[in-house]
Amino acid sequence: MKLTLKIWRQGGKYKGEFVTYELPNVNAHMSFLEMLDVLNEDLVSRREEPVAFEHDCREGICGTCSLVIDGRPHGPWKGTTTCQVHMRHYKDGDTIVIEPYRAKAFPVLKDLVVDRSALDRIIQAGGYVSVNTGQAQDANAIPVSQEDASKAFDSAACIGCGACVAACPNASGMLFTSAKVSHLAMLPQGHAERRKRVLAMVAQMDTEGFGQCSNVKACEAECPKEISVDNIARMNREYAAAVFTSETAM
Amino acid sequence: MATDERSLRLDSKIPEGPVGEKWENYKGHVPLVSPNNKRRIDVIIVGSGLAGASAAASLGELGYNVKVFTYHDSPRRAHSIAAQGGINAAKNYRNDGDSVYRLFYDTIKGGDFRAREGNVHRLAEVSTDIIDQCVAQGVPFAREYGGLLDNRSFGGTQVSRTFYARGQTGQQLLIGAYQALSRQIALGSVKMYNRHEMLDVVTVDGKARGIIARNLITGELERHSGHAVVLATGGYGNVFYLSTNAMMCNVTAAWRAHRRGAFFGNPCFTQIHPTCIPVSGDYQSKLTLMSESLRNDGRCWVPKNAADCKKHPSEIPEDARDYYLERKYPAFGNLVPRDIASRAAKQVCDEGRGIGQTGLAVYLDFADAIKRFGRKTIEARYGNLFEMYEKITGENPYEVPMRIYPAVHYTMGGLWVDYELMTTVPGLYACGEANFSDHGANRLGASALMQGLADGYFVLPYTIGSYLSKEIRTGAIATNTAAFDTVEKEVRERIQKIFSINGKQSAESFHRRLGKIMWDKCGMARDAQGLKQAIQEIRELRKEFWSDLFMPGKADEFNPELEKALRVADFIELGELMCIDALNRNESCGGHFREEYQTEGGEALRDDKGYMYVAAWEWSENGEPTLHKEPLNYEEIEVVQRSYE
Repeated sequence: MKLTLKIWRQGGKYKGEFVTYELPNVNAHMSFLEMLDVLNEDLVSRREEPVAFEHDCREGICGTCSLVIDGRPHGPWKGTTTCQVHMRHYKDGDTIVIEPYRAKAFPVLKDLVVDRSALDRIIQAGGYVSVNTGQAQDANAIPVSQEDASKAFDSAACIGCGACVAACPNASGMLFTSAKVSHLAMLPQGHAERRKRVLAMVAQMDTEGFGQCSNVKACEAECPKEISVDNIARMNREYAAAVFTSETAM
Repeated sequence: MATDERSLRLDSKIPEGPVGEKWENYKGHVPLVSPNNKRRIDVIIVGSGLAGASAAASLGELGYNVKVFTYHDSPRRAHSIAAQGGINAAKNYRNDGDSVYRLFYDTIKGGDFRAREGNVHRLAEVSTDIIDQCVAQGVPFAREYGGLLDNRSFGGTQVSRTFYARGQTGQQLLIGAYQALSRQIALGSVKMYNRHEMLDVVTVDGKARGIIARNLITGELERHSGHAVVLATGGYGNVFYLSTNAMMCNVTAAWRAHRRGAFFGNPCFTQIHPTCIPVSGDYQSKLTLMSESLRNDGRCWVPKNAADCKKHPSEIPEDARDYYLERKYPAFGNLVPRDIASRAAKQVCDEGRGIGQTGLAVYLDFADAIKRFGRKTIEARYGNLFEMYEKITGENPYEVPMRIYPAVHYTMGGLWVDYELMTTVPGLYACGEANFSDHGANRLGASALMQGLADGYFVLPYTIGSYLSKEIRTGAIATNTAAFDTVEKEVRERIQKIFSINGKQSAESFHRRLGKIMWDKCGMARDAQGLKQAIQEIRELRKEFWSDLFMPGKADEFNPELEKALRVADFIELGELMCIDALNRNESCGGHFREEYQTEGGEALRDDKGYMYVAAWEWSENGEPTLHKEPLNYEEIEVVQRSYE
């Protein structure tokens, strides 16, 4: 099939603009990123600079790939990362618009590549259990109900790709942050630090320049791992509980 | 090829005593570094996957100054994250007869008697601590109704010792290690360098003292020093171009260390995983694994009659199907080790009974399991894998059997290390898949995660003290020295050379051609003639690379094409060494299958007399690597012909 791509280019000779590329011969079995590989091979063969985009595992788990495809992070298919989008969903003659994530907390580095290290700093603020290597007791010493373990897993399945931020009109980091707060709050291992954790992580989130949550729920709709906004509700409860019981808060 | 039979430099440092007491003895006598001295010692760790992140967190907790380097934008992206099925541990929570000894035995046997007893026993011993540690970090392993941990079976074993977190065990374990690492970053004991790629190691008076890293955003070359350098940089499966590895996985850090004096162990030992989604076209950039756990409930088959191969599977009646694994290996059935399952798939396809358009695929069928347990149970066990399959192929595996074929997945070979995980360069360590490891000639499923975390959490933090205890008076290592000048200059010149070629072909196209040579001649089956040919072809490809490469952009900017070219250049050199190693090993063992050496039934035929050794290769500038042999002594285990029948 023949496709037209409108791709945001920024850096080097590009000040920040959409550049149009025609791809005359796209195979329906290709993945979306393989299509961009073909474009880049072609640009290199014409001695032009390839389009910079991030990717790694290409099986939807590492969280490296991003892109806003026709206005939607990771494209329009539910529960799918960009690397899992296949060209069979497109038809001959389609035009596809490809942009980087847009958020104050995610500065553009080049073309479609943004800096998402703010998410790491939120985890560094408290997204862990303080247990040194060797301090652990036997793994079966504390039973965890299957339901709690399963729910904790649902929250822990976040791949840290940042699509929630890109989807949100406020560029809020609430879904990402709340998924980690929930994951650890739902397990007994995370209880000792739950109050301190939520306060520290929310404070870091605000410092990084993420916007506030106004219940649009676009984050949940676009999350490739379908992380629920229930996590945000849980984080708000955790936060409130922490504020009212902590002497150091606020 | 030169052979150094004396191998004076290969001291594996295996402690004395019975195999079950070696590690305890070692730990009781290894020199320690006191807390106030740890503060004066800098450790560089390259790589932030399971091995790197767990080592960095643990060393940071102990009080060392740690610097971690990754080429990713975040340490959480490392390819450990993609491991699906699980992690082994000899907990015996199932009361099914498991023990440290059995895990040790299964691993040695699974590796076809080409791994060190001492290392593997240690791995089995610390396996139980890993599960404890991960649970304490908040890793949400699967649990039973009573709230206790669940297990499942994996290939090559007859017990259930695999702990798992749905089909995303690697992700959850890596996030656990990443969180522990993040905590140390916040505490200041670890400094994290994202988007930095190590391009060389710096040695001073024969000791590893630092690295040259390229800042991938600015292109600047940076000097970083330490009292020890740890490489946790993963495997080199991407030498085959198509593999289940992530796109950026590469051998550069390990290869550069090799060129600075670190021997490379058993480079030809690669694991071809039996259950991957088959290749569909020549634009393909990577292959996707379908977890081995699927073989718990899926049955592998092809038509008995080649004429049926193009028929829809539903049109092929039960008695016209060949469940070839169950037929050939009744004791283990669909759960034979990976090398055996892969070879069996290749054999039926070579016989013309492969299915699908290319004829290079077999069925993995869940119809029986769905009938027996119901769709809901199968969904709970493998839902995310089935979804992943459907996204890629457009077919629904609940209704049509999966089509699978073997693909390159893991490399058992790697930098040669002694019992302390130190390479032949003093102060240079290798952990996880980057070392030649504990898996011999074939790794069992769910053992890569175990080894990565064993090395990082429970082995290196002890063994590195043996070396660092002699460094407490050294003081900070300066980077404004002649040694750093020289190595940085060499790196700079290598990069300049790449830009100066100004040829026509992309790095990607060279990589694809290298991969084809490797897969055709050094893949699932090898023979002497093909390997000799491959060596010639690779040498020519290398010449062509350095005379016809085109490099867009500049060196001092964000330039993914340059990153790729530097990696491909090293892959080409590694590919040649792999073929040399495969040619030298005149036997079949584990994943290394030489057509000339097989039993009548087509199984691998070892030559224990001639080849029961680790092949450790020393780099040489003239292109003729020197072979050093580390003999393998089996004191505990009786070496037998491997059988899963």
